[in-house]
Amino acid sequence: MPDALTSPLALVLLTLLSYQLGLWLRRASRYHPAAQPVVVAIAGTALGITLLDVDYPTYADSALLISFWLGPATVALAVPLHRQTRRMRGVVAPMLVAIPLGAAVSIATAYALILLLGGSETLAVTMAPKAATTPVSIALAEQAGGLPPVTAIVTIVAGILGAVLGPTVLTLLRVRDRRARGLAMGAASHGIGTSRALLEDETEGAFSGLSMGLTALATSVLLPLVLWVLAL
Amino acid sequence: MIRGLTVLLLCQVVGELLVDVAHLPVPGPVVGMVLLFGWLQWRRPSKESGVVRAADGLLKHLQLFFVPAGVGIVAYAALLRDDALPIGVALAGSWLAGLALVGWVVQVWGREHAEAATLPSAGPPTAPPPASAGDGGGPDA
Repeated sequence: MPDALTSPLALVLLTLLSYQLGLWLRRASRYHPAAQPVVVAIAGTALGITLLDVDYPTYADSALLISFWLGPATVALAVPLHRQTRRMRGVVAPMLVAIPLGAAVSIATAYALILLLGGSETLAVTMAPKAATTPVSIALAEQAGGLPPVTAIVTIVAGILGAVLGPTVLTLLRVRDRRARGLAMGAASHGIGTSRALLEDETEGAFSGLSMGLTALATSVLLPLVLWVLAL
Repeated sequence: MIRGLTVLLLCQVVGELLVDVAHLPVPGPVVGMVLLFGWLQWRRPSKESGVVRAADGLLKHLQLFFVPAGVGIVAYAALLRDDALPIGVALAGSWLAGLALVGWVVQVWGREHAEAATLPSAGPPTAPPPASAGDGGGPDA
């Protein structure tokens, strides 16, 4: 393989092109909730490096130029969170109980179900932070000794589940309050769920965004605690 | 824009520093997010301020930044295949548990303020895509 095709420049280009393809497919599907650019981008890039015979560590080094921005983008989540604070009146107390409770239950059920069904401890830790937004779940998996790439994938799938099935499931569960629906979407399906919630209703979308930020925080704080309790 | 990025990186570095010094079990960028949130609540910058624009710019394409992590899946294809059942069940079960719990707690407890924000019983309306749905369409993951 010519070096020019496996240089960091070419590998970053491959990533950007795959992402552009994902954006194009989302537009072409008229914003179908299942058409997530990140899925196309990951599949396209994975296929590309396989064809170019580049191993993952080499790719990851080259793509540092892109993954570097994950940290600052996580910090940036403070801005949408700040924008939502005005809407919180009236639901502060239920929200401040429901979100940590939801985060703890998400962590515990994911962890316990994996072990119950014969998965390894590592896989259980990998699954545990999947309700938090992807940059946070990746960082948490890294810290707790999980497998960050697998965490990235299951987190994205949890988001897509919410985007595709979330509103229907909430209606079946008889959750009618727009704020409750939004908070539930953000708590279980982070940003991908939030983009669907925004399509349903503005209030629902705003509360979903708020919930995504708070769930990221709650998951960060509770993950070590819940894992410690479960290990007793 | 550069000023805004500087503030974001500063928050992250201070966050990482606090995590290091205090041995916090939380990722550095998450602490950075809390710091920036506190700063925003205190200073209330305008929509045109550098931090807000830099943050919106990054968040518009948040999905792009975790593509490299996701591509790591090529190294774990065998694991995903062998453990497909526990992964699938844990994912769906845990997702449903979180969704239902948060939805119910807020709906039942927040009921006294709910009149204005309740779904009409006719079912979910069909809404057009949001006007902001360009290439990014908001914080996306």
